[in-house]
Amino acid sequence: MKMIDQFPIVQYINENGVFTQSEFEEEMTPALLQQLYEKMLRARLLDRKCIKLQRQGRLGTYAPFEGQEAAQVGSALALEEEDWIFPTYRDHAATLTFGHSMQNLLAYWVGRIEGSIPPEDKNIFPPAVPIASQILHATGVAWAEKKKGTNHVSLVYFGDGATSEGDFHEGLNFASVFNVPVVFFNQNNGYAISVPIEKQMKSKTIAQKGLAYDIPSIRIDGNDIAAVYIETKKAVERARSGEGPTLIEAVTWRYGAHTTADDPTRYRDQTESDSRRRTTDPLLRIETYLKNTNVWDEDWLSKIEDQISEEISGAVDNMEGMPKADIDDLFSHIFKDPTWQLEQQRKHHLAVKGGRD
Amino acid sequence: MSTSVQIKQLTMVQAITDGMKAMLEEDESVLVLGEDVGTNGGVFRATEGLIELFGEERVIDTPLAESGIMGTSIGLSVNGFKPIVEMQFLGFIYPAFNQIMTHASRMRQRSKGRFTCPIVIRAPYGAGVKAPEIHSDSSEAMFTHIPGLKVVVPSNAYDAKGLLIASVEDPDPVLFLEPMRCYRSTKVEVPENKYTVELGKAEYVKNGEDVTLLTWGAMVGDVMKAVAPLEEKLGITCDVIDLRTLYPLDKDTIEESVKKTGRVVIVHEAPESGGLSGDIISVINDTSFFYLKAPIQKVTGFDTPVPVYSLEQEYLPSMEKIQYAVKTTLSY
Repeated sequence: MKMIDQFPIVQYINENGVFTQSEFEEEMTPALLQQLYEKMLRARLLDRKCIKLQRQGRLGTYAPFEGQEAAQVGSALALEEEDWIFPTYRDHAATLTFGHSMQNLLAYWVGRIEGSIPPEDKNIFPPAVPIASQILHATGVAWAEKKKGTNHVSLVYFGDGATSEGDFHEGLNFASVFNVPVVFFNQNNGYAISVPIEKQMKSKTIAQKGLAYDIPSIRIDGNDIAAVYIETKKAVERARSGEGPTLIEAVTWRYGAHTTADDPTRYRDQTESDSRRRTTDPLLRIETYLKNTNVWDEDWLSKIEDQISEEISGAVDNMEGMPKADIDDLFSHIFKDPTWQLEQQRKHHLAVKGGRD
Repeated sequence: MSTSVQIKQLTMVQAITDGMKAMLEEDESVLVLGEDVGTNGGVFRATEGLIELFGEERVIDTPLAESGIMGTSIGLSVNGFKPIVEMQFLGFIYPAFNQIMTHASRMRQRSKGRFTCPIVIRAPYGAGVKAPEIHSDSSEAMFTHIPGLKVVVPSNAYDAKGLLIASVEDPDPVLFLEPMRCYRSTKVEVPENKYTVELGKAEYVKNGEDVTLLTWGAMVGDVMKAVAPLEEKLGITCDVIDLRTLYPLDKDTIEESVKKTGRVVIVHEAPESGGLSGDIISVINDTSFFYLKAPIQKVTGFDTPVPVYSLEQEYLPSMEKIQYAVKTTLSY
């Protein structure tokens, strides 16, 4: 059997808004799907706002995720409060859903340290920038949970390009060898900046890479939030009950650029993104399903749109109203107790500035 | 009633084992991880006997993957453990460099202290033991350049145990370099109980009046041998200072000695350019420039890779070169 046949894309709700895995239809109630839709919409509207703010010079370089909302929201919601997530810089739909504050997510993109700090009761790692490096942190953190005898798990996000990195393979190997409660959640959006997956790997799937480590793997439709939610829950439960790691390949697509500093028309035909918006979009899928089941409600939609817009503008106001970055933050957290070099450099810096902010 | 401190004669490698044992006994959160550190007791036997005492949940034979060891240790440390990681040789640490540079050393700042990485990375280093290629690197200055990382180098068994325990107790990541030439070269008295040697403090190995020699690791012994005949035959007396911690350097001890002698020789086995001598000269420049009576002399390795062992004695600072440098500072 070919690998591609061994790892078919698992789908729960198809592009026509039809639930194809009837045994789970009961669990995915219209109320739950509305809730998932709302969280995806919240992430999408924030993402669009970030691009606008960047264009207006109110935000630095930004990495948009539009198109990947189902993969991120569905997986983050499959976790429990005390679990851990390890995002990259493109996973704000996940971190927002898991409880990061909107203000701090915005703050990350104006270069504020606060942007990497989650609320006190949320185990959200600072976003990883070096590709795949966070896969090992997730494995280590989950290993620690296992050693402490808890049943908390880690879920780590990474892209298709990350699976070329050594840290991906080392992370899967460690997790496998030590039977660590971690879920490896890959978002295969087809491109690593400009390099398409065909140039990234000869493997036809990312899921098959789990075979080498004897890690159960599954390939899912990452734009189908029902599939993401239920399959991630299964993986999380496996991890929680001591059965070890799972690799999930969520096949998705980013509509826009790698970052606001990138021009995707240099490496791909953007009409594909346009056609995907009309066919495989994660929000459209739920909208179609809810329309098919006569649950869709335009009044509800405009009500939540208004609420989200209000929340976003409040967060933007709060972010822009943050006091200036504190010079102390530059020096105070390098070591628990600053070295003499840091004290001396700080003192000199402030002295030359003559007390100016 | 008096309590007597038990003293043992230990080699440096035995003292390191002793230090790890003390911390594993005292603190449940301490782990030892690395390649061959369990059943085999480490390629230098530094972890010998630990798996028998503490079990494989705490003394862990890992897969052969330096980045993997470092990256998972970051996760373990953020989530409540204190990993003592063994890199089999400093020359093999480079695959883990990204994890050290972009994560372990800056986790505290990136999260304003919410997440921290109290990890000790142990690594045998240095030339002179006829090791195979790449096994003899002395790349400490690559690590002193990393903000957020401390770098420690003992030169004897007593310091090794005390500095190792202090490193494990330190709340931040520490690179703990172990000069291979010193592993079994001598035995010294080491207390059986737990004790610490403070990080960031150099030590006068001997006191003198005429020249300050600043060094660390295996070079401490070489410097002592080199200055002995100068003292005996020529009456040149030297301060020999073992820096012991390379970041943060002990500014006060360097300043004190340089102000006294006004003449300085820095000896290290790392390549000259970008080696730590530049930073040490900078400390002297800032603290005691006007006390200098002669240009500072350096005796270092070359800007070559640490060579295969047929050439390592050519590469390493020799007695002759150290003596020549001392005499040069006195010729002004």
